Amino acid sequence: MTDLAQSQVRVEHGGGTRRDFLILSAGALGAVGAAISVWPFIDSMNPARDTLALSTTEVDLTPIQVGQRLTVAWRGKPVFIDRRTPDEIKAAQDVDVSSLRDPQKDSDRVKKPEWLVVVGVCTHLGCIPLGQKPGDDRGSFGGWFCPCHGSVYDTSARIRQGPAPTNLPVPPYDFTADTAIKIG
Amino acid sequence: MAVSQPGVPAGSSSTPASLPGSGHGRLVRWIDHRLPVISFLEHELTAYPTPVNLNYWWNFGSLAGIILVIMIVTGVVLAMHYTPHASLAFDSVERIMRDVNYGWLLRYVHMNGASMFFLIVYIHMFRGLYYGSYKYPRELLWILGVVILLLMMATAFLGYVLPWGQMSYWAATVITNMFSAVPLVGDSIVTLLWGGFTVGNPTLNRFYSLHYVLPFVIVAVVGLHLVALHQHGSNNPLGIERRGPQDSIPFHPYYTIKDMFGLSVFLIVFAVFVFYLPNFLGHPDNYIPANPMVTPPHIVPEWYFLPFYAILRSVPDKLLGVVLMFGAVLILFLVPWLDTSPVRSARFRPVYRWVSWLLPADAIVLGWVGANPPSGAFVVIGQIATFYYFFHFLILMPLLGKIERPRPLPISIGAAVLAAGPPVPAAAPMERR
Ligand code: HEM
Ligand code: FES
Repeated sequence: MTDLAQSQVRVEHGGGTRRDFLILSAGALGAVGAAISVWPFIDSMNPARDTLALSTTEVDLTPIQVGQRLTVAWRGKPVFIDRRTPDEIKAAQDVDVSSLRDPQKDSDRVKKPEWLVVVGVCTHLGCIPLGQKPGDDRGSFGGWFCPCHGSVYDTSARIRQGPAPTNLPVPPYDFTADTAIKIG
Repeated sequence: MAVSQPGVPAGSSSTPASLPGSGHGRLVRWIDHRLPVISFLEHELTAYPTPVNLNYWWNFGSLAGIILVIMIVTGVVLAMHYTPHASLAFDSVERIMRDVNYGWLLRYVHMNGASMFFLIVYIHMFRGLYYGSYKYPRELLWILGVVILLLMMATAFLGYVLPWGQMSYWAATVITNMFSAVPLVGDSIVTLLWGGFTVGNPTLNRFYSLHYVLPFVIVAVVGLHLVALHQHGSNNPLGIERRGPQDSIPFHPYYTIKDMFGLSVFLIVFAVFVFYLPNFLGHPDNYIPANPMVTPPHIVPEWYFLPFYAILRSVPDKLLGVVLMFGAVLILFLVPWLDTSPVRSARFRPVYRWVSWLLPADAIVLGWVGANPPSGAFVVIGQIATFYYFFHFLILMPLLGKIERPRPLPISIGAAVLAAGPPVPAAAPMERR
């Protein structure tokens, strides 16, 4: 008891006791340790190695006619391939880029003007926009229309109206032949 | 330092006041002396003094507790038959519906039970708003209630994903994508939630794990909610504190019987849904297996999320829409401080008495907008209703408390009850015994 009582006597440098210092430093160390040990739990929820293993998708473009659109799956997501008509290409190129919400030139979004390849996931909250099937509502810009909250994309799949903040993204892809691409 | 001898708790020399009364046998007394659960229950459930004047709006708390138990019991048994895998989940739910004995009943009770749970809790909350139950000293009681609402919303959303139908899949996609509105780290958060590049099997697995555990977290918070409630007791339709024993009656038998009656009425309504309209509140698209390549032309959440969904869609900006939607729930946390009126019950607030009904009316308008496609007049109506929702909490509530002149409050609950009620015979013979 007396030992304990003596160690509690205030040591008057800096206003704190040795005990205050020990409690604070031990507490801080414990808190940091606890915070760090949370990380494995959180990171375990990130995509696992097998999920991450990058997959690629190869697409033969020959059967697609001018004006036709095709949906293929890449990493579980739909990718829209659009063989655009000359009118659609012209509409996409004639837009005043500075007037766009997510300004991008059509030429920066395609490798060949005839072929538009974009990830078909609405950048608002992830629905699949309509426009791939012949009878679909394509919205007032002739591109795609997202039924969930009404985002409208043009023939370059750029956002024109509605809540989506950005254009449909262009996935990494290459032409492996004149009429074949590899996505991913 | 107070020294207590081992094995002899302080004050145990005489019989503790909390020991069960003479009606109990020796076994009960033996147990209670060592594990005072019986006297605890007696104190908190049987003898628990309750205001004499509670009306039927006060039934919904106990109803919510009962439906929580129903959800857990049906959920645990459903879990025995359900398979949380993206390629098996849908079929396992269909198997529950067709092959498992009474599986259809368990699922329909669980499915419609979620709707009933929200209906009850929304009414319970409106009761609180109308009678000012969130005011001093019950602020934390109210806040714990809002925490329960948030947990319920999370649980119901996670559960809705489990059958892995089209609505499940796309609800999961849209809701998780809301977090992509967070600046800078948004996309990483969404990937973390999914465990992949889209909603998929890892997502389903973790949602199942969380759907199983959250209801038990709710049970714990309900426990705290009740501790806070019993600290100061129930509010009442007059909104004035009890002044003496004449203002209270024991919970049992008076309110146990009233709650039982309310429960019976509720179970009839519940049974009508389960047996005659089991899919009325649901969406037929959820009987189509999830298809990550096709969004249904018109996706809507369950009815209990529609008002919030309408708020989300009313804002033509992604981040702001998400912020307002979450804000619509979180603003409830501030209600004890937004309402500046010193008077609790709307009965004595001539203006708020009417204004308080505008909120549920507004919520119904929002729900109706949320159920319809986001075009034409619906957009405008949705924006007006969204505006009113926040106007109600942020402007009307603080302002009315300042400018409204409340009617005089009765001197006591007893006085008001006697003045309002029919003449009472000096003492009914039944109550003498
Ligand atoms: C707060 C309480 C709960 C709520 C609000 C809730 C809500 C829901 C909802 C809305 C569904 C979707 C029903 C459908 O459309 O088929 C569901 C499904 C499910 N829930 Fe719960 N639940 C709760 C508690 C539990 C508990 C405690 C368990 C398990 C221990 C559980 C296990 C399940 C299972 C296995 C399913 C999938 C089968 C099915 O779809 O019917 N639930 N839940
Ligand atoms: S997800 Fe496309 S508009 Fe909301």
